[in-house]
Amino acid sequence: MGKKVYVTGLGIISAIGNNVAETLDSFNSIRSGIGKLEHIASRHQTEIPVAEVKASNEELTAMAGFPKEYKNTRTALLGIIAAKEAVKDAGITDIRELRTGIISATSVGGMGMTENLWMDYLNTEKSGDWLRYIESHECGDSTEAIADSIGVKDYLSTISTACSSSANSIMLGARMIKLGLIDRVIAGGTDSLSKFTINGFSTLMILDKENCKPFDAQRKGLNLGEGAGFIVLESEEAAKGKKIYCELSGYGNSNDAYHQTASSPDGAGAYLAMEKAFSVSGLKPSDISYINAHGTGTEINDLSEGTALDRMFEKKVPMISSTKAFTGHTLGACGGIEAVFSALAIKNNMVFPSLNHVHQMPELSFTPEKELRKDQKIDHVLSNSFGFGGNTSALIFSKKN
Amino acid sequence: MEELINKLKGEIIEQLNLEDVKKEDIDNDAPLFGEGLGLDSIDALELIVLLEKNYGIKVANPADGKKIFQSIRTMAQYIQDNKK
Amino acid sequence: MEAYIKGIGIISPQKTFDTKDFLSDVVEYDTNSLRCIEPSYRDYLNPTLARRMGRIIKMGIAASSVCFKDSGIAMPDAIMTGTALGCLEDTEKFLLAIIENDEQFLTPTSFVQSTHNTVSAQIALQLKCMNYNFTYVHKGFSFESSVLDGLMTIAEGNGKNILVGGHDEMTDKYYRVCDRVNYWKKETTPTMELIKSKTEGSIAGEGAAFFMLSADKSEKDYAKLRSIKFIYKPESQKEIETRLNEMLAEKGLKPADIDVVVYGNNGDTRYDGVYDQLRDSFFSNSTSAYFKHLCGEYQTSGSFAMWVAANILKTQSVPPSILIGDKKHSQIKNVLIYNGFMGTDHAAFLLSQC
Repeated sequence: MGKKVYVTGLGIISAIGNNVAETLDSFNSIRSGIGKLEHIASRHQTEIPVAEVKASNEELTAMAGFPKEYKNTRTALLGIIAAKEAVKDAGITDIRELRTGIISATSVGGMGMTENLWMDYLNTEKSGDWLRYIESHECGDSTEAIADSIGVKDYLSTISTACSSSANSIMLGARMIKLGLIDRVIAGGTDSLSKFTINGFSTLMILDKENCKPFDAQRKGLNLGEGAGFIVLESEEAAKGKKIYCELSGYGNSNDAYHQTASSPDGAGAYLAMEKAFSVSGLKPSDISYINAHGTGTEINDLSEGTALDRMFEKKVPMISSTKAFTGHTLGACGGIEAVFSALAIKNNMVFPSLNHVHQMPELSFTPEKELRKDQKIDHVLSNSFGFGGNTSALIFSKKN
Repeated sequence: MEELINKLKGEIIEQLNLEDVKKEDIDNDAPLFGEGLGLDSIDALELIVLLEKNYGIKVANPADGKKIFQSIRTMAQYIQDNKK
Repeated sequence: MEAYIKGIGIISPQKTFDTKDFLSDVVEYDTNSLRCIEPSYRDYLNPTLARRMGRIIKMGIAASSVCFKDSGIAMPDAIMTGTALGCLEDTEKFLLAIIENDEQFLTPTSFVQSTHNTVSAQIALQLKCMNYNFTYVHKGFSFESSVLDGLMTIAEGNGKNILVGGHDEMTDKYYRVCDRVNYWKKETTPTMELIKSKTEGSIAGEGAAFFMLSADKSEKDYAKLRSIKFIYKPESQKEIETRLNEMLAEKGLKPADIDVVVYGNNGDTRYDGVYDQLRDSFFSNSTSAYFKHLCGEYQTSGSFAMWVAANILKTQSVPPSILIGDKKHSQIKNVLIYNGFMGTDHAAFLLSQC
């Protein structure tokens, strides 16, 4: 188990850019992606801000490299765009040359299409080529569309553990490589906005009507977002001689076992996940240069996560930020998207700012970074992702020695 | 008031799917959350929707639920005071 | 990567719950949508908790409870489950509320319960189990992914007793929706006629099955799980046979060493050819069995098949209700499951006698 797993390619699409270059540009110009919902007809359009990818499904189809006739869900299209970028970035030209897998993650799969067509599906008098979307409802269907678009055949899986989903797909990919089951994995996740999730989170009364304020004492909730983030993980042998962003050195998953939706006040699950990640990596908390927090901006998450961090780091929390005020909370995709950010932080020695933070949380010892920093030596990044059902995950990315 | 309390009990049993609970089992002054009926934060959100749907009363801040839903009586009182 | 199957809990359209009986009294149906025979949940859940739960969540908790009891393991070192459709009933409920009420007066309960990982999360919550907890949602690879993860976790030394499972429910509406893309037979097909039907389409099924995979051998084990392989969109019969040969060779076995093969025939002429060809040539020396006439076709039907295979090994018998053709074995040492969902996601499991 002493084997190393390297990150050799990145792909991303979110409200702050359709690829890695655009994403970095948005960070450099401090441009948040949160705004008005444009691509879904919803009665909440003007009232609930979201971080939407700035493209229609037709535009996404073209970006994904397909002709107009190609029909798929927004979730699949976002995933295809990000996965293709990651594969290209990793310099992979023949995907079948090595045993390659794809592990994706999503929270609602093809729901964005199902919610518009459901009544028509049930009406046998109506018919059309839209019936093909029936099969795209299942979460795994978006993964198969991604796999087919890049030619992956050796291993496919899809994980859905709510908002920790794609951190878990990265974890599984690394474990499979370490066990020698596979040589490389394209791992991450994809989720598109839907009325289903917007209304769902709205019933929980945890959506901020303004831009979210992670770790602010007056935070009011989260903003939903959409997007996809994939990274290419390769074994030491497969990555030999290649451009390497960083090593995935640690990972851990745990369950808070406290409540179906709410995190425990002391963040017990979060603490355990981080503890496992440190144990796998052999690192200590003081080795961490930057934390990309889950930091959704809800009252409960930020207190729970912050409390667990204060305990883990003995109140000496290193530079920390939540990037959710840029991308919104992309649910099943956020672990993948933030894995891309973690790799970029290490490669470019940068720390992304936490936007909209004004008031210190009295319960916590730390204050998130408010400015973009590009002068930092970033050796190890901790990335947290927590979800419904008490699911808590932590990943550690490290500069290659 | 008693009539409203009685009506409210039926609505709560239905909304929260309290299959085994009968109206007479709910004490007017017993706490709804924790010990009493054993309701939790998700139930509080359900009750907020009940107020909006059945009585036209909007509760914007979920934290206000704590006061309103102390017991059936406090809930009925809140409805009486705020009903349009 | 191997493990012992120490305990099982299963709810299915057959009398499988709370019994050790192995298909001696098969329930025959005259419908194209088989539903589970459900127990009374009062013995497994207190009513305060159960009141919010959809059918599949209750089934998952009850089936896993039986698995804990059967295996004698009270606290698993990890929980991983597979479900293609998640909590379908709650998903539909919330979806319909959005449509009917035009996004107003919505309540959180069905949304919260609709999340795909609700079953594995609720099991953890009931046990206060803070260990590793994953939910796989990849169509016909959902349950299979949980089994692979279980074997990986044991191989890594990260746990000795791992709960894996598969669960999916069918609803009246979703049955009708899938019917529009020709999943199901148009004519009503009696249970024992399924694979003789020679028409397109299958019958719908559902179920919840949990297994305790253990690193340590014990008296009560059903079988040893030795390997699982995924074959995505096989391009030819030859590809399937090549992959099966590789899988068997890794364990020092040849096709002739497989005493019983459990096939995923679902009565759909579009997909049954794959199984029939394997039976006629590749595994021509093995006894053949099938199972989908008893549980219906669903994405996590591999979990019902694993219950069948484990019991074939434990009881050293192949019940007549699942037998295809003649018995060709004397002793049953090795059982292979070959199962696929709608032609795309194929998987093979190898189980051996302990």
